[in-house]
Amino acid sequence: MRIAAEINGRRIEETVGPGETLLEALRRLGYTSVKDGCAHGDCGTCAVLLNGRAVASCLMFAGQAHGARITTIEGLPAEKAHPLQQAMLETGGVQCGYCIPAMILTAADLLRRNATPTRAEIAAYLAGNLCRCTGYVKQLDAVELVVESPEGGAHG
Amino acid sequence: MADKLAVVGHSEIRLDGRALVKGEPVFVDDRPPEPDLLHIALLRSPHAHARIRNIDTTAAESLAGVAIVLDHRNTPDRRYTTAGQGYPEPSPYDARMFDTKVRFVGDRVACVAADSLEIARRATSLISVDYEILEPVLSIDEAIAAGAPVIHDETDALDVWDQERNIAAHMVARVGDVEQALAGSPIVVEVTTETQYTQHVPLEPHAVTSYLNEDGRLVIISSTQVPFHVRRILSRLLDIPLHRIRVIKPRIGGGFGVKQEVLIEDLAALVTVRTGRPARFIYTREEEFVSSRTRHPMRITVKLGAEPDGTLRAISMDVLSNTGAYGTHGLTVLSNVGSKTLPLYNKVDNIRFFGDAVYTNLPVGGAYRGYGASQGYFALETAVDRLADRVGVDPLEWRIGNHIRAGESSPVFRALGEGREGVDQIIPSCALTECIRRGAARIGWSGKRGARRRRGSLVHGVGMSIHMQGSGIPLIDMASATIKMNDDGSFNLLVGATDLGTGSDTVLGQIAAEVLGVPLDHIVVTSSDTDTTPFDTGAYASSTTYVSGMAVQLAAEEVRDHILDVAAEILKIDRAQLQSGEGRITAPDGSSVSLEEIGLRTFYGANQRQIAATRSFVPEMSPPPFLASFCEVAVDEDTGRIEVVDYVAAVDCGTAINPHLAAGQVEGAIANGIGYALFEEMVFDVDGRSLTDDLGRYKIATTLDLPPIEVILVESYDPTGPMGAKSISEIGINAPIPSIANAVHDATGIWLTETPFTPERVWRALEQARHSP
Repeated sequence: MRIAAEINGRRIEETVGPGETLLEALRRLGYTSVKDGCAHGDCGTCAVLLNGRAVASCLMFAGQAHGARITTIEGLPAEKAHPLQQAMLETGGVQCGYCIPAMILTAADLLRRNATPTRAEIAAYLAGNLCRCTGYVKQLDAVELVVESPEGGAHG
Repeated sequence: MADKLAVVGHSEIRLDGRALVKGEPVFVDDRPPEPDLLHIALLRSPHAHARIRNIDTTAAESLAGVAIVLDHRNTPDRRYTTAGQGYPEPSPYDARMFDTKVRFVGDRVACVAADSLEIARRATSLISVDYEILEPVLSIDEAIAAGAPVIHDETDALDVWDQERNIAAHMVARVGDVEQALAGSPIVVEVTTETQYTQHVPLEPHAVTSYLNEDGRLVIISSTQVPFHVRRILSRLLDIPLHRIRVIKPRIGGGFGVKQEVLIEDLAALVTVRTGRPARFIYTREEEFVSSRTRHPMRITVKLGAEPDGTLRAISMDVLSNTGAYGTHGLTVLSNVGSKTLPLYNKVDNIRFFGDAVYTNLPVGGAYRGYGASQGYFALETAVDRLADRVGVDPLEWRIGNHIRAGESSPVFRALGEGREGVDQIIPSCALTECIRRGAARIGWSGKRGARRRRGSLVHGVGMSIHMQGSGIPLIDMASATIKMNDDGSFNLLVGATDLGTGSDTVLGQIAAEVLGVPLDHIVVTSSDTDTTPFDTGAYASSTTYVSGMAVQLAAEEVRDHILDVAAEILKIDRAQLQSGEGRITAPDGSSVSLEEIGLRTFYGANQRQIAATRSFVPEMSPPPFLASFCEVAVDEDTGRIEVVDYVAAVDCGTAINPHLAAGQVEGAIANGIGYALFEEMVFDVDGRSLTDDLGRYKIATTLDLPPIEVILVESYDPTGPMGAKSISEIGINAPIPSIANAVHDATGIWLTETPFTPERVWRALEQARHSP
């Protein structure tokens, strides 16, 4: 079927398969920052922003994204790092990096809703984003660093 | 120490960090598909133990889009091991690429390569297999029972300890006379622990792409921890000349040991060789659970003999390890249960280690962070707490009085090595006492221990344990590094070492930058490519910082010497008087020359040559990092639920080359260890089928399942390591099980002996304690 959508600010029209998930379609179209860690909605590495809200792209059909605005990490400004990206680097929140694009998008979603979350609120919002490397310590540190920065969490 | 250094000791941002936070296509499966790419799907055994009478692949082969079907009839029949270890591997040769017998649910039966993954999967369902179903062996007890079915009844296996008795590997080490010492000890403490099957769960499953390059050479891009072992094993298994294979490891999404196995590269390679087409194989999450590798479940009995004042007379450790259907890492993991634990308490003259690794028809054990030590420490460190309890001393003080120290040795180092005799060593550095003191202060040990603070049905307790691991495998591991200088004063660092997400490329770059006196961004690191980087055994056994780091330091020192020679020519001054730093070589009179000038001169000016060096390092010892682990738990006496409310890990890794990366290794290992202690478990039905083959049913820790984890880096200086460093990636995972068990005893008086410590298990233990006199 044909769908029209906006990916990272660019309007696209694409043919997608009837059983094709949004994850599969995005990866096929070259948005490979969207990871396939389990294909069951358990790991969170496939999260993208759909109309501004973090969703598991493996749990919806590509056809359901018709008319939607989709943001992947490729959609963040290329010229300089987003404050969340920079904070992940500075705190050491990145180890293997496989979970990181989805983790950053989900944190950005949180900060757009709540610019001053507590550490517990950050942890609760990121509970669907699994990481096996870090124990989450420095990833939570990174989001807190952005919240506490002079510009605050308004970056989301 | 770090104050005097410009790059080492600083939390430099990791070199691959920018690409990772930007989501650049750096993982195996992110590469654009090659034209004509074949996708591979696996047909797995539905039976735990069966012989393949007949296999019919004609329907699969005739499906449009199928390029090739592989099974035992058209693949090499030589025995090998999938363990990515040095040569000759200490694991038995008990596997075939495809066998006529399947030995666990998930074992390989056939694979299909097709134009799309959908076609490949459909084709596997068209393969018809006639199985003769055999009685399965589904536990350690069934494996060692008299008359048990023989799992490896083949006649061509090599180096299996006792096929008839299902024993894959056997290890014994003795110091003194344990039996006599135990018999003469007024106090004897005995503990038997049981640990469960767990899986590594790297978020990126195993992934491989293969193709023939323009010269017809086979290129393998793999999420492997051991690229050079992959090349060697593929060459031998598939009869391809080694120089016709190139293995590249791009960024990989975690390994934790499970990618120290050659699990899928052989399939992609053979498909490409047979068809001439590129091939890709990515494990599904389900395959990662059922067909990949696991942590060996173990039953361990530790006996401590002591005097009434707590003086230790004897330690014995008896281990039964379940290696599953194949013996990969069976012997060496078994050995490490003792070799990485028993030297910790060296003020004892009688030590005995006895271990068997037995086959079962369950998933295959492999290398997993901790590598046997995790299981061993559960038994040893809870036995120590029981002993301290019996003799009425603070377990913290008992440990301070009994742990090994710098300048000391243990006879276990020689008696028990990697599946063979080990190597004598004197501990070069040890800040364990300080780790214990600082961790105790931070957790509030003296105020909380024994206080049993109550809040409703919750009762609090604190527990601790201490640990050592190693830094590489002495006289076995080898790492090498090449550094060449460029005409802008930058350097290429080429290492065979494998960064599996730990940040080792960055750590090795920092070592080179420090020696060469340049910022980290002047070091261009290329790693893990068998064509372009020098040999390294790979990322396992906590080897990279220490072993690969020393190779880098030696190469950098040699390059620095070459640079000083050129500077001495230019400045017309004796080399010994020159100082290097901040990108310049400076003479005592203040005259100086920049590295850029030196680089340009050596390429285009006088006495032209390439400044470069390649150095190798083989460690003569394996200096242990040390860890003192503390946690506070709240046990709900009504439900049996344990909440870990605080966790402190004080660790001695020598110099922390990059403190953020070092602490991150410990944080991640502790988090994984808390899951291992409390909720991670692979469960099987009565036929040996997995009931936990997805992340919904096999639970790993989320942000909501973990306490605050504080890592205290207690610096020491290891004179044998690069810039004083030791390795740190594994040790943390050993700690949570015993620390939590000891904290639960402090809170409730019960001793937990079986992992995971689920609410049901804890509640049953509490009930039993309530009803016993």
